Amino acid sequence: MSNLEELYKEIILDHYRTPRNRGELAPPASKTEGFNPLCGDELTVYLEVTDGKIVDIKITGHGCSISQASSSLMSVAVKGKTLEEVREVLSKFKNMMTLEGDVVDLNDPANREVLRSLGELAALQGVSKFPVRIKCATLAWNTLSQGLEEN
Amino acid sequence: MSHFNAERVRADTPALTRVINGRPITYLDSGASSLPPRTVIEAMDEYYRLRHANVHRGVYQTAIEATDAYEGARAAIAQFLNAPGGSEGVVFTKNCTEAFNLLAKSWGAANLKDGDAVLLTEMEHHANIVPWFQLRETIDLDIRFIPVNDLFELDLTAIHDLLKGVKLLSLTAMSNVLGTVNPVQELATLAHAQGALVAVDAAQSVGHMPTDLVELDVDFMMFSGHKMLGPTGIGVFWARPEILATMPPFLGGGGMIADVRTDGYTPATGFTRFEAGTPMIAEAVGLHAAVRYLEGLGLDNVQTHDRALTVDAISRINHQFNGRVRIIGPTAHDNRGGVISLDVDGVHPHDIAQVLDEIGVCVRPGHHCAKPLMRRFGLAATARASFGPYSLTSDTDALLEGLQRAITFFG
Ligand SMILES: Cc1ncc(COP(=O)(O)O)c(C=O)c1O
Repeated sequence: MSNLEELYKEIILDHYRTPRNRGELAPPASKTEGFNPLCGDELTVYLEVTDGKIVDIKITGHGCSISQASSSLMSVAVKGKTLEEVREVLSKFKNMMTLEGDVVDLNDPANREVLRSLGELAALQGVSKFPVRIKCATLAWNTLSQGLEEN
Repeated sequence: MSHFNAERVRADTPALTRVINGRPITYLDSGASSLPPRTVIEAMDEYYRLRHANVHRGVYQTAIEATDAYEGARAAIAQFLNAPGGSEGVVFTKNCTEAFNLLAKSWGAANLKDGDAVLLTEMEHHANIVPWFQLRETIDLDIRFIPVNDLFELDLTAIHDLLKGVKLLSLTAMSNVLGTVNPVQELATLAHAQGALVAVDAAQSVGHMPTDLVELDVDFMMFSGHKMLGPTGIGVFWARPEILATMPPFLGGGGMIADVRTDGYTPATGFTRFEAGTPMIAEAVGLHAAVRYLEGLGLDNVQTHDRALTVDAISRINHQFNGRVRIIGPTAHDNRGGVISLDVDGVHPHDIAQVLDEIGVCVRPGHHCAKPLMRRFGLAATARASFGPYSLTSDTDALLEGLQRAITFFG
């Protein structure tokens, strides 16, 4: 795989071209804005939390393919999940992004298990090899965690 | 007589020998920072190897040489700009940004009062916006912006109204996003007629076209060394010497004083008042070498070269991409700089830059520190290619190849 194909996996391009859960939610859904001041990416995460569960999530905003795909993948991964499950995905995702891509030993069963449990999100693992793009991938997630705190 | 040959400039520029991802580097980011020629690097190297000492008050041989080198750079800058009053108005700063802070926090704080207006333009770099907003925290300033029209040029239809009550017009000579060259001299005449002073951000222009302060007839000018083939860490603030003489000190400490007692201090006069602490001596030496190098090329030749590359690139981009790639900047005439901002339909600038990096092409994605301008055009970012005197049409070839790849890849 070339560098570019590793970064822009097919799943990422698909979520970029056809983002899931785009749009807004009316109050009482919460609304949290996130910015990446360096590149001007902006997004807004709308959350509807009922009985400790994210029953609906919608996202608006603009940014590069990585930030858009990451927010779309995130919305699919957390919709319908309990807050506890969401926090677990969040922490696994953030760990994956802070690991240097080259250093993740994919032969290590523990790492493989983590990536497997992340499902489609694991496609974003290639981003960690491009340090300047990590912020693009984590913008949606940071905004989500801020939204959860405010909820 | 000056000689200009871009191939020669290229051969003089060591950084252009780099190979990136298996391809010779295509450096199209001179608008962010230019690549120094060997003479600049060698001058700084020689200074550190043989002459380094602190400047001023030294009695020994090398300290005298260091002082001569530092002051020699000041004189060279003054001559380069054809500055009225010679060296007297040339203050060395860290960069263009610091020079704007010096203007706002020294001249601005001392001369502007509640209700006074400062006129900027919508295409300014944050360096010429934020210091004025900071000053507004203590002085109730009326900060106005000359709008930019749909042709990416200043809209001067309401200029007479905009200038009413203005104490300072501060504008860029060339936009770092659009490449637009502004009519500084005409605007200076209008502003002076209203009793305003005029400051010019020459960061993008000073290394790319001739600058003559007598002809421009402005009051302040600022720029950075690293965008004119010089080193980082040095910039210039120029003010008419008679204005500089009235300005209060900016930073305090050694070097900028005439006397210090236990009950207070007396600042030095002239440019010395604004150069607190040990200055950037090696960088001044490097900047001096850059000025000499640019003079050897001839700034009118550099400008002609930039224009030819820009006209060629714009026409090839328009032809090859047929509307898919929009140029955010003037395209109808060649009186513009070699800065080309691109908006590719359906592909984000970061992704463009990433794909270009794969073939060793360096462009800059982002808002280029000009967010008000980006907002004006409803853009979050552009991918910007910018030329230097070492750029060739083969650089444009690589740019087009990369753009095509990005468009093919993202569909
Ligand atoms: C037009 C303009 N003004 C000011 C600056 C600020 O220069 P520096 O970052 O060297 O202080 C730049 C650099 O990007 C510029 O392009």
